[in-house]
Amino acid sequence: MTNEKSNPKEGPPKQSASEIFLEEISKPPPKQRSRWRGIGQAIAIPALAVFTGLLLGAVFIVLTSESFYAAWSISPIAGLKEAWDIVVTAYSALFVGAIGSPKEIISAIINLDPEALREALYPLTESLVAATPYIFGGLSVALGFRVGLFNIGAEGQIFMGAIFAAFVGYSITGLPALIHIPLTFLAGALGGAFWGFIPGWLKAKTGAHEVINTIMLNYIAFRLSDYLLTGPMQRPDSFNPVSPTIMDSAKLTRFFDDPIRLHLGFIIALGMAWLVWWFLFKTEWGFYLRSVGANLHAARYAGMNVPLAIILGMTLAGALAGMAGGNEVLGVNYNLAMAFSSGYGFDSIAIALMGKSHPLGVVLAALLFGALRNGATSMMLATGIPIDIISIVQAFVLVFVAAPAIIRTIYRLKPPPEGEEGIMVSSWGGD
Amino acid sequence: MTTTTTTPTVKREIKVASPTRQRVMGIIFLVIGFGIWFLFSRDVEAGTYTKFGMTTGGQVASIPDLTVPTLATLNILAVVCGVLGVVQLVRKDGFGKYTNLVLGGVVAAFVISFLTWAAAGKSINFAGLLNTTLLKAVPLTLGALSGILCERAGVVNIAIEGMMLMGAMVASLFASVSGSLWIGLAAGVAAGALLGLIHGVLSIKYKTDQIISGTAINIFSIGMTSYISSKFLQVYQLQLNNPGTFQPYAIPVLSKIPFFGGILFDQNMFVYAMFLLLALLQFGLFKTRWGLRMRSVGEYPRAADTLGINVFRTRYISVLLGSMVAGFAGAYFSIGSVGGFDEVMTAGRGFISLAAMIFGNWIPVGAFGGSLLFGFADSLASKLAILGVQIPSELLLMTPYIVTMIVLAGVVGRARTPAADGVPYEKESL
Amino acid sequence: MAPVLELKGITKRFPGVLANDHIDLTLEEGQIHALLGENGAGKTTLMNILYGLYQPDEGEIWVQGKQIKVHSPSDAIASGIGMVHQHFMLIPVFTVTENVMLGDEDVRAGGILDRKTVAAKIRQISEQYNLQVDPDAYVEDLPVGVQQRVEIIKLLYREADILILDEPSAVLTPQEVEELIKIMRSLVEKGKSIIFITHKLKEVLEIADQITVIRRGKVVGATTPQEADQNQLAEMMVGRQVDLEVDKEPGRPGQRVLEVKDLMVLDDRHQLAVDGVSFEVMEGEVLGIAGVQGNGQTELVEAITGLRLSTSGKIVITDEDLTNSTPRQITEQGVAHVPEDRQKDGLVLPFPVADNLILNTYYQAPFSKGVVLQADKILENANQLIKDFDIRTPGAMTKAGALSGGNQQKVIVAREFSRPIKLLVASQPTRGLDVGSIEYIHRRIIEKRDQGTAILLVSTELDEIMGLSDRIAVMYRGKIVDVMPAQAVTKEQVGLLMAGITQPAA
Repeated sequence: MTNEKSNPKEGPPKQSASEIFLEEISKPPPKQRSRWRGIGQAIAIPALAVFTGLLLGAVFIVLTSESFYAAWSISPIAGLKEAWDIVVTAYSALFVGAIGSPKEIISAIINLDPEALREALYPLTESLVAATPYIFGGLSVALGFRVGLFNIGAEGQIFMGAIFAAFVGYSITGLPALIHIPLTFLAGALGGAFWGFIPGWLKAKTGAHEVINTIMLNYIAFRLSDYLLTGPMQRPDSFNPVSPTIMDSAKLTRFFDDPIRLHLGFIIALGMAWLVWWFLFKTEWGFYLRSVGANLHAARYAGMNVPLAIILGMTLAGALAGMAGGNEVLGVNYNLAMAFSSGYGFDSIAIALMGKSHPLGVVLAALLFGALRNGATSMMLATGIPIDIISIVQAFVLVFVAAPAIIRTIYRLKPPPEGEEGIMVSSWGGD
Repeated sequence: MTTTTTTPTVKREIKVASPTRQRVMGIIFLVIGFGIWFLFSRDVEAGTYTKFGMTTGGQVASIPDLTVPTLATLNILAVVCGVLGVVQLVRKDGFGKYTNLVLGGVVAAFVISFLTWAAAGKSINFAGLLNTTLLKAVPLTLGALSGILCERAGVVNIAIEGMMLMGAMVASLFASVSGSLWIGLAAGVAAGALLGLIHGVLSIKYKTDQIISGTAINIFSIGMTSYISSKFLQVYQLQLNNPGTFQPYAIPVLSKIPFFGGILFDQNMFVYAMFLLLALLQFGLFKTRWGLRMRSVGEYPRAADTLGINVFRTRYISVLLGSMVAGFAGAYFSIGSVGGFDEVMTAGRGFISLAAMIFGNWIPVGAFGGSLLFGFADSLASKLAILGVQIPSELLLMTPYIVTMIVLAGVVGRARTPAADGVPYEKESL
Repeated sequence: MAPVLELKGITKRFPGVLANDHIDLTLEEGQIHALLGENGAGKTTLMNILYGLYQPDEGEIWVQGKQIKVHSPSDAIASGIGMVHQHFMLIPVFTVTENVMLGDEDVRAGGILDRKTVAAKIRQISEQYNLQVDPDAYVEDLPVGVQQRVEIIKLLYREADILILDEPSAVLTPQEVEELIKIMRSLVEKGKSIIFITHKLKEVLEIADQITVIRRGKVVGATTPQEADQNQLAEMMVGRQVDLEVDKEPGRPGQRVLEVKDLMVLDDRHQLAVDGVSFEVMEGEVLGIAGVQGNGQTELVEAITGLRLSTSGKIVITDEDLTNSTPRQITEQGVAHVPEDRQKDGLVLPFPVADNLILNTYYQAPFSKGVVLQADKILENANQLIKDFDIRTPGAMTKAGALSGGNQQKVIVAREFSRPIKLLVASQPTRGLDVGSIEYIHRRIIEKRDQGTAILLVSTELDEIMGLSDRIAVMYRGKIVDVMPAQAVTKEQVGLLMAGITQPAA
């Protein structure tokens, strides 16, 4: 024992007393888990959550299908068969809508027919297009969580980003795309950053909880966009609440010919995911923000500027969400219309949680939800099942990811040795 | 020895007024006074009159309409605000503990000035304005009461929106199918309770973060109601989404009171129920055993536990009651107002309720005040369009949100949140 | 006649810890039974079991000769057991009346609270036991000593016969402790029986009728004040001969490092907490600040370390005026800080040990280059410090939250001591630690002093102050009442000063 060396005066009985005590108090060293098992553990809960969510979604689809009840009234076996058919039809449509038909893809590859290949890969690329705003939004919420902030206001920040991006996109003319695209995209980020800065500043200066303030700012952003689209930003020749179309020089480059819409935004999103990871885990700024997020008291004691971290965290989170808004305007819609964002902000919370607030996890979760959203559209067309089923599935997934104990109970998994890593936000008034 | 240890209790009033706050308030009063003159007075010509209608539509006029000279009214109000501002600044301690009251008065003066200016040379139905304000405030108040019930016991509920939406849909569906509004109402309340049970289990048993759990319920409710709506309600509109609405019931005698009678005592069941719940909760929270125990659980659950109060049960009951009230509030939309369910018809009112609750400092009567503020801004926005005022109604609609943020920032006094709000209770821990 | 209370073979296990191991205890009517043990010995766990907050894994509880099952505090209250917890179970925003009645309310029809009746009862109890509590006061406005009496009233209101007082003297001034002892005497005179949990030997000898000593969850002895003296009790408590003295040479004070002049600081409630304090600390000496908790020490330390703004006065560290500087500026001037609450303020528990070891130097070379963190350097640093400071951890990447309290404190000490420092501000550096860790940390502090560091030690443990300090300053109600050389004073003198008695009574 090193004790002995550093203090030769200590007699043997003294030694043993403190030693026994130490041994009893200190926990036995947890066994080093293998790297793979660790990854398995990390993926198990989200994967099972998605599986269970889809399963419950299937139950829900069956229970709301008239044909199931019709078949059930004939015989339970017919009912079960009908239920099986309904689910298989629905989820095959979902799959084909999200990924594409494997048969078509293979035949297109074999025949080396570029047009057929574009056709066949269209669903998959559409999923990526749908996933792009989710990546930005998920990164926004995840970054917030890492700094100990609950950014429930991604929705409003997305709107602000879209407003800024749209304005710079249509009002500035005569720029080359090389300048106009980054400028417009940054404008989107700036709009979101501004909308994130406000609650950050308010929290830092007054202790006002960001959840309420970001909710308020969501509605202010909606009203603001309503106002702008019926007034200053309305398309001159239109009576609809829609902005002018952005300049061609501001449109995010598309990589392939029609119908494939996959655009530069997806690559930027992946780049941002890497940047956020590098920033959070490899730089001193990231260390600073994460320390504040994990224990702001200790961060303050260690000389870190806590209010600045809160402002910075919210502003960066806002900027990421703003990029989601800019991305939709610049890469997909080419204009700003009323209520263009269909709940990306709230979905982003689910994505950040599913990705365990890690950029890589966020990207994976965003791809999954993008595919589900995209596939659900095809499913609706094919089977008449409303697209809203995805929200229901998403809610289940969110619950399971946030309360892993439920999944553990269902699948009889062992709890992790180091305790659950739950996400907790400070309470309303908790200064 | 005993003479030295009397119990020194610090007077609570001391902490209310701080010098900066006093000054800020004084300046606010002055700015508002100046604003009335700058924005409104300068803009009207002498000799114009503003007419305030004092009878709600469809009522027999019981008192004559009020006509005031526009410019004089504005100037008087501006001067009053200015004087109050000067007094607040000059007098030691300003208005002391009445400062917030005076602030209310000053804000009211500003609003009246605004109306006087907006309707200069025209007439505005003041009674009608108040009537819509009250109606718009009904679901907000109910939602805020739902929030108070949950949060006073220490469970944050941002799922009010989802519970309302579900309540609205289920109430419409059941009322249409059964042909009875009351059955629809009961079903709506039960739907709220079911979601409340989920929220309770997640946040009390599984100790999930309550904001996440609330968000999940919101997403679920939006998805579920839209799904059912587009798959069934819209297809079989007549059979499944045609509930009708509760009709107004004029209370004898009281409804004949001039001005207020028509506004307060000739409404449908929801309005009366709101007032009843408001009174019950205000009284129950602060005067009864139930309220004392519930608040203790929201403030310091371990202390309550050591006195034999079942923290988990108290929280479950509160969350269930709260979500039932939210379901009730939702039913107001479909069977109390519109007469059917539309997708996402609550349009964020659940979140506004939350704001009203915070605005009212987790006190029922205060939350009612907050709801009236939101309701007023909402109804004023539509009135302004009719008057042709050159102010975009959207900007007016923003004001309540901005006001809530200002309140939360502590400008109008510190918000006093239940201390254990949002914190799961761990019974055994080392 | 059966004893009032009997505990038989109570056993309680927490994950990884055997908190109570077959504990027996017998309380006779009208007696004060002291339960003596170190922090973490399992006293509070035992009492929480008796009070129904925890469920025992084994064992029986007998009251008045009848076995009872205590599943919840309600059961305990019904059996006449009441408890004053170490952390008061009072709701700050409630009045005394509301706090007392909570859970056992007097109500009129419809559940409407009858505050008047309860207030009258409180007044009556208050008079009967000379407690002097105003039923209408809000608890948050009451001083700690009075809050404790409110807790006692809560028990008497419920007509409890068995009173458990958990470390009741920890937060009191010596004078208030005297008050408390009087109150306890008057309680037993009127037929109540008391279990008195403490680790303060003197109080035990003064007031107890019976003494049970527990150590590491086991009963290690039962005795009476007549049979035992302080040293024997101490030995039983820690399981070996205790040498409360710290081996050290007299300090060799050099130049002035810290000068505090006429400092005024407000507390969170905007009350004056530090009231015109002036003192100096020289290099190579330990200045100990003694005082009962809540006399402004926390605010003083926070002002010196830049965590709290002072309203007037000056703080000079090696000729540099650092009044109201930021914590970082002060840290960079060579000031180290061992905070009072290590888990809350000293460590980021979900972070690995390595990251905790660079918490205040992460932005400096060699840990950061440009803005990029240097993982290899951080790990190297961690491995070195783990070795140097004997931090027992499975590895540098183990989360700090997984370490024991003593090792967590060592992480903080390693971090603070491993940079070049001129001044060390140590606030309650050994609170709640086991004896081994206490000795280790004391040794390190003295080592630092001998290297020429100025040390400001703030502690509410008088023994710690006496053992480590070269000079002792006593803080009382925001003022430093006296500064004196440690050799020149006795414990008793310091104790009197801590109670605010500046002139020893004749």
